Amino acid sequence: MARIPRMILKKIDQLTYVWVRGGVRIWVRRGVRVWPRGGVVRPRSRPRARVLRTSRYAAGAALTAGLLAACGGSSDVGSSSSSTAARGGGTTLALVGYSTPKKAYEALTSQFAQTTAGRGVSFAESFGASGAQSRAVASGQAADVVAFSTTPDITRLVKSGIVPGGWDANPEKGISSDSVVVLVVRAGNPKHITGWDDLVKPGVDVITPNPSTSGSARWNILAGYGAELKEGKSPAQALAYLKTLLTKNVSVQDASASAALQTFTGGKGDVLLDYESDALAAQKAGDAIQLVYPKQTILIETPIGVTAKSAHRTQAQAFVDWQWSTAGQTTWAEQGYRPVDPSVRKQFASKFPTPPQLFTIEFLGGWSAVTKSMFAPSTGKVTKIEQQAGVPTAS
Amino acid sequence: MGLATLYLSVIVLIPLAAVVVKAVSSGTGTLWSSIDNTLALRALAITVVASLIVAAIGAVAGTLVAWVLVRDSFPGKRIVNALIDLPFALPTIVAGLTLIALYGPGSPVGVHLAYTRAAVVLALLFVTLPFVVRSVQPVLIELDREVEQAAASLGASNATTFRRIILPALRPAIFSGAALAFARSIGEFGSLALIAGKVQIASLVIYADIESGSEQSAAALSVVLMAVALLVLLILRRIGLRGGR
Repeated sequence: MARIPRMILKKIDQLTYVWVRGGVRIWVRRGVRVWPRGGVVRPRSRPRARVLRTSRYAAGAALTAGLLAACGGSSDVGSSSSSTAARGGGTTLALVGYSTPKKAYEALTSQFAQTTAGRGVSFAESFGASGAQSRAVASGQAADVVAFSTTPDITRLVKSGIVPGGWDANPEKGISSDSVVVLVVRAGNPKHITGWDDLVKPGVDVITPNPSTSGSARWNILAGYGAELKEGKSPAQALAYLKTLLTKNVSVQDASASAALQTFTGGKGDVLLDYESDALAAQKAGDAIQLVYPKQTILIETPIGVTAKSAHRTQAQAFVDWQWSTAGQTTWAEQGYRPVDPSVRKQFASKFPTPPQLFTIEFLGGWSAVTKSMFAPSTGKVTKIEQQAGVPTAS
Repeated sequence: MGLATLYLSVIVLIPLAAVVVKAVSSGTGTLWSSIDNTLALRALAITVVASLIVAAIGAVAGTLVAWVLVRDSFPGKRIVNALIDLPFALPTIVAGLTLIALYGPGSPVGVHLAYTRAAVVLALLFVTLPFVVRSVQPVLIELDREVEQAAASLGASNATTFRRIILPALRPAIFSGAALAFARSIGEFGSLALIAGKVQIASLVIYADIESGSEQSAAALSVVLMAVALLVLLILRRIGLRGGR
């Protein structure tokens, strides 16, 4: 194609133009000069600056605008916070908890506010994956009361002096409430899940969180491991069971138990491994799910403590102590958590079935031994399995 | 000049330097080992490939959308023009939520792509749509129509006009838009957090590392990601600007 003409004077119709060549006006149509009569038109010059200079400025402006707008890209998926309204000049306690007991703590804090010790006390709450929350407090997040899912999450803070060593020096050993690991299935149990062995069958999609961040995930994995041991398998066979479960049957590993519940209720997966308390709450809220109590499962003991640097230690300790009173334990039970107080436990015995082969963390050797052998970064047995499964782990 | 340098340093350069310092804080040996493992390398590969695909598709689709918005007129054009900016205005986690609702197990259109790589590409296309469109639009508006008309007067077909006149003029804008789309995709987090599932994405791996306490490997992966992004950005800009001369 010939080069572009320098100046178009007028456009006659779609294909006929009048332009200037050597001071003379020429009519051109489709590359042929129609007046004055002649041959093919061959312009020589080439307009260069106008289009391209403008485009360069425009591109630069668009780039700047784009860069400024592109800054709005990040968002935080970690924890959710809320605070109750402060009643005229009262104290505010910062409560840092694991991901699932948000509704339970709403009930507990409102009940506590009606007692003499709790008058004028309000709470600023933050809930998220237990491991992540514990590390956040260790890095400096303000907390007066810490309520985690596993004991190592609190002992991590004892090591750095944030929680005083005597947090578990009471009859309840610092445990506010109990729960068990249950298998949550869709209403009607379409895949006929009855126990731990059904989870490793081909075609069964299991949802459980990531044990590097979530306390619930650790309870789930230990429940499965201990269940295999209770059935008479050797530790090596139990580990092989975990490997099949985590590499072949688990499809998504979210950061926390509440995120895993959301994934499950959103339609993904056939079985969810979760706290009984969380599953009961979801059922009460109307989700179409069903709880399957396996024959063997672990007793989940969730610890609670007051931080040493808390500015309101007396009120914080009063809140924690109140949770062990009859009123506190009854509120826990009403919310779906197994009470640690024996008399309240008897009262609510019908609500919480006892699995025939219930075991505790002591059956597996206690938390320090288990954390070191199973969940240690890079060397833990479960950590290695998770790395084989391609899941991000602590390293 | 001094003010610009100060602003740039405080807002951009010093935080980036802090990440690099954190990455090498435990020695370069640990830095190398935290990158040279299957998970990190796979995550980087998937992220870079997905971002390149998104930049390529976005360049074509974005130019098309910009062309339609500038050259055509249809009822509702103003609304569509405003809608292009919606992915900018929407918090990315909301984008992730809508994509899960659309492509997840409960999909109303029966498309079940969630937790796959296709879903990742779709999510990235959604959030990077405005970049190429808004880069190309002003250039298209400013383009001298007479040049195209002159080409037509000399016997060029539509395709030739587009190929020889319009496309070279748009080339810097398309490449800068594609570069922005690439940069955004490589660092995208919120919209992928819900929909990625087991697909390894670099930003999600970095987040999981931070949450599980291995901040040094998170910083190491971040430094590699920044280096890759910078490299591709520079290359794309060179190609784009070179064609413009």
